[in-house]
Amino acid sequence: MNSCLMRKNSTAGLRRRFPARLDTSNPAVPVAPVRAGATGEDARTDSSYSIVVVGASLGGTRALTCLLSALPGDFPLPLAIVLHRAVDGDATLQQLLHRHSSLPVLEAEDKMPLAAGHAYLAPANYHLLVGHMEFSLSTEAPVGFARPSIDVLFESASAAHGSKTLGVVLTGASADGAWGAGKIRARGGTVVVQSPETAECPVMPRAAIAVDAASSILPLEAIPGLLAELSQRKP
Amino acid sequence: MNDSSRLEETEIYLLLEGIYRQYGFDFRNYALASLRRRIWSVVREEKLSTISALQDKVLHDAACLERFLLALSVHVSAMFRDPNFFRTFRAKAVPLLRTYPYIRIWLAGCSTGEEVYSMAILLEEEGLYKRCRIYASDMNEAVLRAARAGIYPLHLMRGYTANYIKAGGTRSFSEYYTAAYDNVLMRPSLVDQVVFCQHNLATDESFNEFNVILCRNVMIYFDKTLQKRVHQLFYDSLVNFGLLGLGDKESLHLTAHEHSYEQLSDEEKLYRRIA
Repeated sequence: MNSCLMRKNSTAGLRRRFPARLDTSNPAVPVAPVRAGATGEDARTDSSYSIVVVGASLGGTRALTCLLSALPGDFPLPLAIVLHRAVDGDATLQQLLHRHSSLPVLEAEDKMPLAAGHAYLAPANYHLLVGHMEFSLSTEAPVGFARPSIDVLFESASAAHGSKTLGVVLTGASADGAWGAGKIRARGGTVVVQSPETAECPVMPRAAIAVDAASSILPLEAIPGLLAELSQRKP
Repeated sequence: MNDSSRLEETEIYLLLEGIYRQYGFDFRNYALASLRRRIWSVVREEKLSTISALQDKVLHDAACLERFLLALSVHVSAMFRDPNFFRTFRAKAVPLLRTYPYIRIWLAGCSTGEEVYSMAILLEEEGLYKRCRIYASDMNEAVLRAARAGIYPLHLMRGYTANYIKAGGTRSFSEYYTAAYDNVLMRPSLVDQVVFCQHNLATDESFNEFNVILCRNVMIYFDKTLQKRVHQLFYDSLVNFGLLGLGDKESLHLTAHEHSYEQLSDEEKLYRRIA
């Protein structure tokens, strides 16, 4: 991951400092964004994409810190993340990702609005679903033993955002995400898959590639750059 | 939105509108993102290929409607789900409830009854149960029957026992059920003070005044319009200083009643009406 870390250091100076982190009473928890205009569909119609959805499992914490730290601080899309985690997980994971991210990382709450330039982590023991403007949570049964499930997140995004969905499949030890990535492609969206040889666990990327769901296959350290480029693309 | 998304949303809209007009069940303000999944699972189980075909079937076949209703609300629960909520309830709510001679509790969206038995056990251990009347409501008759019966799979008891201990239980969880074959029967006296009743949060009004309302992980399936209605209903149904409990990822933040409540715990969504 050397190149990844180098990249992170090289952009460190450009990183936006999120004001909420100056709140010393609770430094690791950013407040929910309420910026007007940032969440409306109108604000996004000038881009080819309106949402990024990311799935990761075994080895995902490290892959996600690499990805999030290398994204530009002015990344213009909301980013929703499912990382398979223990059912009784607490705020530690959100705080860790937030600390290593150029975007503020929040744990998604029910009906939280999608705000550009924010990353949202699926809470433990809930499915995370994306609507047009906001998140929804669900306690429906685990899908393939997983709650949160990557397939559920990906499929919801593809239904609400269609071809403006940008999916990312990272390292993991299950096939979760492959079916959902197929749904994203079927509705005209784009799916970036981490190349299996650069993944801590190649099973999940391979599963997505096997069902022909990958628009592109890239080493982890090249993914942030591609996301930044695609997020600027005009229709 | 592309064409296939638009078509799907049109079909869902027509389905829900039809069911409301024909049968009076109102799903029109359920959260679309999670509702879609459940509608499609019914489409598959009915061996159909489109939502429009389901609309045709459900409007002409009352048995299909029953299956649809059961599939559409989510009935995944556990005894002492989120044990820390019950621990907090013991610490923060029980001392307040002791001051009342008679306590009315509404468990809204009680589903198959796991929370009903959990709450009854907690109140009994705190010596309050005989003073309580618990109104356990759900929109679905079939799940209310299951809740009333109090029969659960034996293999779940290990997890429930662990939850019970984490929730601050003071006895042995096995005191509260009798095992027979692959199931357990909850002790019938646990529902002595419980009234099971059909109530639809989307369409029905308040039916009493309560000291406590618990509605955890029910409103996550509603859109913000319906959530607003239900928050108004709960506000109107709580006595002054009454308690409201929500799921751990739900919030009063940015609702009209945000300032009508104070939060009793930093960690749990347990509120007290103060205005």
